Amino acid sequence: MQLAVLSGFVLAAFAPLLHRWFGGRTSLVLAVFPAALALWFLGQVPAVMDGEVLTLALEWVPSLGMSLTFVIDGLSLLFALLITVIGTFVLIYAGGYLKGHPDLVRFHIVILAFMVSMLGLVLADGLLTMFVFWELTSITSYLLIGFNHADLEARKSARQGLFVTVAGGLALMAGLVMLGIAGGSWSLSELNAMGDVLREHDLYAPLLICLLLGAFTKSAQFPFHFWLPNAMAAPTPVSAYLHSATMVKAGIYLLARLHPGLGGTEMWIGILSVVGALTMFTGAFLAIRHTNIKKLLAYSTVMALGTLTMLLGIGTEGALIAFATFLLAHSLYKGALFMVAGILDHETGTKDVTAMGGLRPLMPVTALVALIAALSLAGVPPLFGFIAKELMFESVLEAGRFRALILLLAFSAAFLTIAVAAIVGLRPFFGERRQTPRVAHEAPASMLIGPAVLAILSLLLGLTPMLAGTGLLTAAASAVIGEPVQVSLSLWHGINLPLLMSLASLGLGYALFRRWDLVRGRLARLDPLMARGPEAGYEAFMHGVTVVSDWQTRILQNGYMRNYIMVMVLTLIGLVGNSLLLRHAPAIAFHVDVRFHEVVVVGMLVMGALFATVTRSRLSAVVSVGIMGFSIALTFILFSAPDLGITQLLVETLTVILLVLVLFRLPRFASLSTPVERIRDIIVAGSAGVLITLLVLTAWGIDQFVPISGYMIDNSVPLAHGRNIVNVILVDYRALDTLGEIFVLALAAIGVIAMLKLRAGDKAAKKATPEKEPYDG
Amino acid sequence: MVKSGTLILHTAARILMPLQLLFSVFLLLRGHDEPGGGFIAGLVAAGAFTLYLFAFGVSATRDVLRMVDPRDLIGMGLLLGMISVFPAWFVDQPFLTAQWWEVPGIDFKASTPLIFDIGVYLAVLGSVLAMVMTLMEVDKDEP
Repeated sequence: MQLAVLSGFVLAAFAPLLHRWFGGRTSLVLAVFPAALALWFLGQVPAVMDGEVLTLALEWVPSLGMSLTFVIDGLSLLFALLITVIGTFVLIYAGGYLKGHPDLVRFHIVILAFMVSMLGLVLADGLLTMFVFWELTSITSYLLIGFNHADLEARKSARQGLFVTVAGGLALMAGLVMLGIAGGSWSLSELNAMGDVLREHDLYAPLLICLLLGAFTKSAQFPFHFWLPNAMAAPTPVSAYLHSATMVKAGIYLLARLHPGLGGTEMWIGILSVVGALTMFTGAFLAIRHTNIKKLLAYSTVMALGTLTMLLGIGTEGALIAFATFLLAHSLYKGALFMVAGILDHETGTKDVTAMGGLRPLMPVTALVALIAALSLAGVPPLFGFIAKELMFESVLEAGRFRALILLLAFSAAFLTIAVAAIVGLRPFFGERRQTPRVAHEAPASMLIGPAVLAILSLLLGLTPMLAGTGLLTAAASAVIGEPVQVSLSLWHGINLPLLMSLASLGLGYALFRRWDLVRGRLARLDPLMARGPEAGYEAFMHGVTVVSDWQTRILQNGYMRNYIMVMVLTLIGLVGNSLLLRHAPAIAFHVDVRFHEVVVVGMLVMGALFATVTRSRLSAVVSVGIMGFSIALTFILFSAPDLGITQLLVETLTVILLVLVLFRLPRFASLSTPVERIRDIIVAGSAGVLITLLVLTAWGIDQFVPISGYMIDNSVPLAHGRNIVNVILVDYRALDTLGEIFVLALAAIGVIAMLKLRAGDKAAKKATPEKEPYDG
Repeated sequence: MVKSGTLILHTAARILMPLQLLFSVFLLLRGHDEPGGGFIAGLVAAGAFTLYLFAFGVSATRDVLRMVDPRDLIGMGLLLGMISVFPAWFVDQPFLTAQWWEVPGIDFKASTPLIFDIGVYLAVLGSVLAMVMTLMEVDKDEP
């Protein structure tokens, strides 16, 4: 199974080839992949419903404790089904939405890669494996937000999304490492089975905060919510898939996954329920300020993500059942609504809801789909969203702490959401007909099937709640709670407080919808306040980073070679000197036993070095440095290291050649340093030399480890079939190092080429204005 | 700045280059048992081409190299280096574990270290040549 999932990466690599074969129908061909996986996952539903947990063990890097083990329980199966089912429809939809787009291939590659990463994230059992997939989703999300890379806004939003989620990813990594240390295991299922071990561990508070930072940034919780609406710069299929149904729920998934092991403490309940409730209200409130249909939906996604976090925070059995229900309901209606938004944008040429109206006769199917999905979003019976909202109200009412605050925020968010639903679902289709930039007509079937199926599911599950309730949701809620529970959903709960709250919010929401234009005008006065929100903090931070890096570049990397060398040498003196002089006593243990020829070679070395520093001609400096190099080669040969000697000789020869080539390009020799600077340089260089000499002499007397050279000599012939130990070390014992070295060498060569050729290119660029290269995907 | 050389340099380069290249291959192949190896051999080969460069200039050297761009040599070298990583995987050993195969008929043992060493040879040769040739070409562009 792991290979089946990961084969998506291979499929992504072959997407360009498939495009050549299938042309415009590639989306359909590629959709077979998630569809097949979805069928497989559906096949697992009965077993998981019976309370089974499937563990598909597979080692990856056993020496690091990393495994590719997949665990399929209710929670991961629910997520896997959402990812694959919605993924199938999104791929089909994208075929219509991006029809004829020159970069469609790139879209397919990245979205497939995302799909696989997201599946890996929800299925992985290993902490580190999950983290790898987590970061992959951040990167693929970045590429997808910036899909229209010629657009400055898209690039900016992509970068913002990446910075926020990856910064959170760093915190998450720290949290996961602490989690692994605290629990002594790197497997999620083992950690969850530990009972109170983690909750009572000293590291609990720091690790929880780090994990929450990771989850909150990923799932756009207040105050990190601002990146999600900006991510709407992505094409609509991406928004529907990543930024409402799957990726932004990764943080929620993580919290739900860790709930059995970490949840239920004061800290957990306090942070999650308050942050969740705040996010929920912020999302709903900010939504009605916008007229862009995608932004409206994005903020309402923020609201939904807040709701999910809040429910996890409340943490009662009812709240967790509500969590699973709300999760499913939201993915269904929000996916459908986003695809409807894409259809509207595609067919009318505008994203502004106020510019649309009376479209129902022109696009009847879209209007129907939008209506069903919006009713589910609003939580109107008999749709599935209604059940989810009832459960949400019920669990808020039984919240242990901060009940009044949460209740107030939940109720306000609910009626604001109803207004949003009406704006998105009613406004474009009813009322008087408005002129749109493009003459609207019904969308092609490929774009309708996805939203239609999702909307029908919203309706179907609402009418037959036991279908979802007794099935997957029971298993999912059980996985979050950590012990088996029975979920029974129903439409009619009797006349109780949640129902009254629903009715009141419906009335208020509809009233707000009728006066929306007026309210929006009033809210515009708050704009200056909004401009100082968390996003301003992000901008200020990024500006600070630029200022600091600017400053340190000016100080440390000012482009003068002499400065770089001095910084490096001073760092060396600082670090080596510190540990040599303060931690070890420098001990000089050597005895003078030198031969005459050794003195000669050393003398040549010293002479070369001295001459190089005082000469005023570059050529003689090159020559004297060359003398040093050849003397070193001689030393190697004297101490019977022929390979090193030969290498040194050859390198020295080539260095001289390269220097000579460069020499002629330099300006005339000039003395730029003052006497004071020269004295400073002498001191720096002198102390570095003395220090290294001391280091070598001290190291001579220290024998901390058994030398490994004995092993290498003994095994060179029997194991490595070679008598030249130097070469055996290079290509066998230490082949990985050598591999790294040739890569470094290649990079250096590329660096030289880039530096010289790009400069030459500048001159050419001045002659003719460069044409923008067409992108060939 | 590097003008084509004198008659002596021309003649020497023409005779020495093939010899040096042969010598580099010799060093490469015997490297596992005697002083030599991919790195040294690559440097010797680079030296050979550099001598030719100094004698005849960039375009003549490109002619000698025919279709092969030094940059491609770097890529080939890295590729061979990576290729030698994997055979161990197929016999269920850790990556990079050396594999030895007897070639029937002749007294020669093929092995992943040899493939690796050839990779090193090409990468070194390509890198040095690319650097030297780029430096010389830029010179040529200057007025």
